[in-house]
Amino acid sequence: MDPSSKLTYWLESAPLWKYELYSMDWDLKEELRDCLVAAAPYGGPIALLRNPWRKEKAASVRPVLDIYSASGMPLASLLWKSGPVVSLGWSAEEELLCVQEDGVVLVYGLHGDFRRHFSMGNEVLQNRVLDARIFHTEFGSGVAILTGAHRFTLSANVGDLKLRRMPEVPGLQSAPSCWTTLCQDRVAHILLAVGPDLYLLDHATCSTVTPPGLAPGVSSFLQMAVSFTYRHLALFTDTGYIWMGTASLKEKLCEFNCNIRAPPKQMVWCSRPRSKERAVVVAWEKRLMVVGDAPESIQFVLDEDSYLVPELDGVRIFSRSTHEFLHEVPVASEEIFKIASMAPGALLLEAQKEYEKESQKADEYLREIQELGQLTQAVQQCIEAAGHEHRPDMQKSLLRAASFGKCFLDRFPPDGFVRMCQDLRVLNAIRDFHIGIPLTYSQYKQLTIQVLLDRLVLRRLYPLAIQICEYLRLPEVQGVSRILAHWACYKVQQKDVSDEDVARAINQKLGDTPGVSYSDIAARAYGCGRTELAIKLLEYEPRSGEQVPLLLKMKRSKLALSKAIESGDTDLVFTVLLHLKNELNRGDFFMTLRNQPMALSLYRQFCKHQELETLKDLYNQDDNHQELGSFHIRASYAAEERIEGRVAALQTAADAFYKAKNEFAAKATEDQMRLLRLQRRLEDELGGQFLDLSLHDTVTTLILGGHNKRAEQLARDFRIPDKRLCWLKLTALADLEDWEELEKFSKSKKSPIGYLPFVEICMKQHNKYEAKKYASRVGPEQKVKALLLVGDVAQAADVAIERRNEAELSLVLSHCTGATDGATADKIQRARAQAQKK
Amino acid sequence: QFYACEMVLEEEGIYGDVSCDEWAFSLLPLDVDLLSMELPEFFRDYFLEGDQRWINTVAQALHLLSTLYGPFPNCYGIGRCAKMSHELWRNLEEEEDSETKGRKPEIGHVFLLDRDVDFVTALCSQVVYEGLVDDTFRIKCGSVDFGPEVTSSDKSLKVLLNAEDKVFHEIRNEHFSNVFGFLSQKARNLQAQYDRRRGMDIKQMKNFVSQELKGLKQEHRLLSLHIGACESIMKKKTKQDFQELIKTEHALLEGFSIRDSTSYIEEHIDRQVSPIESLRLMCLLSITENGLIPKDYRSLKTQYLQSYGPEHLLTFSNLRRAGLLTEQAPGDTLTAVESKVSKLVTDKAAGKITDAFSSLAKRSNFRAISKKLNLIPRVDGEYDLKVPRDMAYVFSGAYVPLSCRVIEQVLERRSWQGLEEVLRLLNCSELAFTGGTKDDRAPSESLRLILVVFLGGCTFSEISALRFLGREKGFRFIFLTTAVTNSARLMEAMSEVKA
Repeated sequence: MDPSSKLTYWLESAPLWKYELYSMDWDLKEELRDCLVAAAPYGGPIALLRNPWRKEKAASVRPVLDIYSASGMPLASLLWKSGPVVSLGWSAEEELLCVQEDGVVLVYGLHGDFRRHFSMGNEVLQNRVLDARIFHTEFGSGVAILTGAHRFTLSANVGDLKLRRMPEVPGLQSAPSCWTTLCQDRVAHILLAVGPDLYLLDHATCSTVTPPGLAPGVSSFLQMAVSFTYRHLALFTDTGYIWMGTASLKEKLCEFNCNIRAPPKQMVWCSRPRSKERAVVVAWEKRLMVVGDAPESIQFVLDEDSYLVPELDGVRIFSRSTHEFLHEVPVASEEIFKIASMAPGALLLEAQKEYEKESQKADEYLREIQELGQLTQAVQQCIEAAGHEHRPDMQKSLLRAASFGKCFLDRFPPDGFVRMCQDLRVLNAIRDFHIGIPLTYSQYKQLTIQVLLDRLVLRRLYPLAIQICEYLRLPEVQGVSRILAHWACYKVQQKDVSDEDVARAINQKLGDTPGVSYSDIAARAYGCGRTELAIKLLEYEPRSGEQVPLLLKMKRSKLALSKAIESGDTDLVFTVLLHLKNELNRGDFFMTLRNQPMALSLYRQFCKHQELETLKDLYNQDDNHQELGSFHIRASYAAEERIEGRVAALQTAADAFYKAKNEFAAKATEDQMRLLRLQRRLEDELGGQFLDLSLHDTVTTLILGGHNKRAEQLARDFRIPDKRLCWLKLTALADLEDWEELEKFSKSKKSPIGYLPFVEICMKQHNKYEAKKYASRVGPEQKVKALLLVGDVAQAADVAIERRNEAELSLVLSHCTGATDGATADKIQRARAQAQKK
Repeated sequence: QFYACEMVLEEEGIYGDVSCDEWAFSLLPLDVDLLSMELPEFFRDYFLEGDQRWINTVAQALHLLSTLYGPFPNCYGIGRCAKMSHELWRNLEEEEDSETKGRKPEIGHVFLLDRDVDFVTALCSQVVYEGLVDDTFRIKCGSVDFGPEVTSSDKSLKVLLNAEDKVFHEIRNEHFSNVFGFLSQKARNLQAQYDRRRGMDIKQMKNFVSQELKGLKQEHRLLSLHIGACESIMKKKTKQDFQELIKTEHALLEGFSIRDSTSYIEEHIDRQVSPIESLRLMCLLSITENGLIPKDYRSLKTQYLQSYGPEHLLTFSNLRRAGLLTEQAPGDTLTAVESKVSKLVTDKAAGKITDAFSSLAKRSNFRAISKKLNLIPRVDGEYDLKVPRDMAYVFSGAYVPLSCRVIEQVLERRSWQGLEEVLRLLNCSELAFTGGTKDDRAPSESLRLILVVFLGGCTFSEISALRFLGREKGFRFIFLTTAVTNSARLMEAMSEVKA
């Protein structure tokens, strides 16, 4: 008989299927019973560690830790060099946790790569570990430890290690006969059996519990088992009696007396989620028994040493030669395959078979289903049942039946069928012997495709994972890109391949795939100590924001600087600059900057706001005397308060300007020094405010204060041009309304700016009388303007006519208003006419 | 991202106590066609200090616009900053393409322009209404504070100036000489509308009050405000001084009687009229004349220092660095330091960052450009400012803004072809570029929407000129500027002031 076909067993009315997943061809050196065994749920890997410490005297040879896939393919093998191991277990992330006797937990990857280790605390270290369990909760994977002092310590999540010491069981003298972890209301408890008593430990309390309806005469519990979902509990007593109930110990579901008093090796639940049937599988050395809510049990003889792995919807049983799966038959499958079943699915399957045989019976069956209006249901049953089949030929025939039935239905939504086909393809692919993940449909749905992909990646099955992504058309960012990124991270760890080759290979595969972060890969490469490779990989990173921080971390600051500059992101440049500033000594730092003008100008800006002294050093370094001079000029009025300090600053500035060959600036600075000193003296002698006035304002202030002599002196000293002096005096005197002095000044010598400004300024002060005085002295060019200013239109007209200037005539004309100037206007018009005649 | 900020916070040991949020403050819509980044410091930071930190911000802003309005089918640009912004923006686009791809472009052409391509226009006194209001009262973020002399009450009033303001919308682009006439016409119309209520029956009156009166009242209020503003401007600007100032400016632009202009500037300085104005005229002289002759350069500077204080020595150093006020010198003016640095600058990354230094060696060649691009329109008789013929109207018909002319030319040709000589004169031969997604060319032709990006600020005159161009050629311009600027703001940005 085909070993892969399944056998049906009946637990009263409930059918169970048992079929072979793989025939194991692992080359086991040891018997399973001599090993510590750990098999991860969801078709996960199997770890074996030959246990030499169980024997009285430790063996001299070091044991070997082997890791196999569920199909027995070796994944890793390593020599165990650490201390004695009490227990092995897999975490939800498929990491192998090895609990040592001293309470240290070593964590290994799927491929035997050491990840990390952590300790379960001092108390555990002192009292040694007696027993340990790895358990899974919705938070992750936990470790529970029974110490030599019969105390329990547990951590509910090894990813976020928080040790919890459970309360003491009063009067506990010896180790409990059996114990397990329970998980209720998101809290981990411990249930332990001591003699005839059961104790439940939670965080704070220890309470005695009694299972309801427990048969009398129990003096000890030999084994206990919690179901996969923590919902049910089974207890095996020394009377060969099995109690099955809820994990809360509030309700009994059923009981069974097997009359075997030997302690079972293993006891696990075998039930489906949301199923009414309960079944517990009990294993002894040579016997396997399935008991449930039925008077009879199913018994198997074990030819070989076997090991049970509880799964979500059944039990995996593996031994030296085979790996089998025992599970309760799903409803849809049962309906279809029940002998003489009249369920719609069964009829449809039959109809399809007849159709293939070209028999008219097909029509009869079909009609029968249709008459009952159950065709939709029939199709759905077939689809569902196909999902639960592990053999492709069975899957196909069920799907073919479903597809056949679909033809007779209008508007049957196709997606359920399509999705099932896709899922089955994926499942068949991963169940393959070489891959060795025997997931059932229910497990696959529970696990989700994302997690499955992660597990494939963990097994370094990148091509398969990518094929699945592409087949299922997953979005690139979630699917292919993520896998490629993982692949690249793995690739960089291959130390025997040269940097160039790795970088090229990665770039070829990844290209510009969206969602791939080259910087993450580079960070991984750097983590493996391959800095050069990391730099090469960063070249492919398009986002500078990602490149730069990593380059800085790798101490490639100069490269980081040029990258930052290339990016044009000034904020990045600043980051690198601040970093460089701390990392390099000043000289080197400045030299680096000199080669990067953009960075230099940014740093200058920074210094202007933050560190003026550094700015000075920067200019000094560059021999930038011009800027240095400017710097000192600024200091002379911004930083220095005392006059001596200011003069000194100006002197430095002047020197710098000389060095920069900027004679003009140097001279101007020297003048300013002189002016400052002088202003100081003026303040001392005359009082008042002189400092910080410009030269012009200083002279004006002197005139306004009536110190004409001094003003003259100053003007001479600083060689103020006549024109300026003239304007200056004019304005100042008019402000003073010192008309007398103004007149004196106007007569002292010929005005270098003419006399029109005199007229203007007088008019500004509304002094027409004074204005007229000067109007007469205005040169002919501007006379008309001056006369108009003082309001003498008639005379302006005369002058304009005399000068025969058309523009001036128009100007005067525009000033002629109303009747008063009527005569003048006429005069101009006449003159114009005359001019035109000529 | 604030890498540097985070680092500083970390160093100070308060990183954990602070939460950082980025406020992408990129675009502030000031008007229906004007977006401002409100970065007045951009001008000084970039064109003086060579600090490129804002370029990223500009690129981000462009990116934002392209995600909103689809890809830009045609891009033109001139200037180093424009080029860098464009490159950076392209990188941003490439980094996260997906979104804009396949979208239909809405903006047909994008034009990026550096302020230093055309300083002249920005330095001129503005004579269109909006520009005048800006020069006189300073428009801040699209709103202006009208003082008591305008509001004819004792309070000052903050007014939003944009297309919402119906009265302002009609006069903003007008030459100032037209504004008054327009306003009085408007006032008459308004009166007429008010007068209509005479002889209305009850029902009509009800209608009038409920529907029209509010609008009329609003208009009335705005009208009186703008008339007030006009009066105030007139008071300040129609004096002889202002006319002479304009005359001098025009003389400088056209390049005649330079000596007269120089002495006018000297007088301006001697009389301490205004430090900013004096500086502006000096810069205008320098740029139009390709630098001052050494004698004038020294004497004007001396005069200026005497008038306005010695700290302006630094102002001059700044202006020289920015290429605004330079000395005519035969051959190379690079000082020792700069030449040394430019020798060190060899690699590619550094190559694009020598602007601060290259501007030193840059000659403005304004005269030649002006001839080439016909910036000074030949005047046959009076220039009719009421019915302007070309963009020169924004400067009383004396000068077509260089920046706007360049944009016009490029848009006409759809490339820089044929403008090589102009580019050479502008020292931008390598800094002009065309780009964009060329694939769907046909539809882009029909797109009349044009985005003009001014890096370093633009003036209201330029905006008015381009609006005019748009009306003439059937384009619609949208302006994106780092800030709205004018001559005074430019000069202030370059000035050193005592703290």
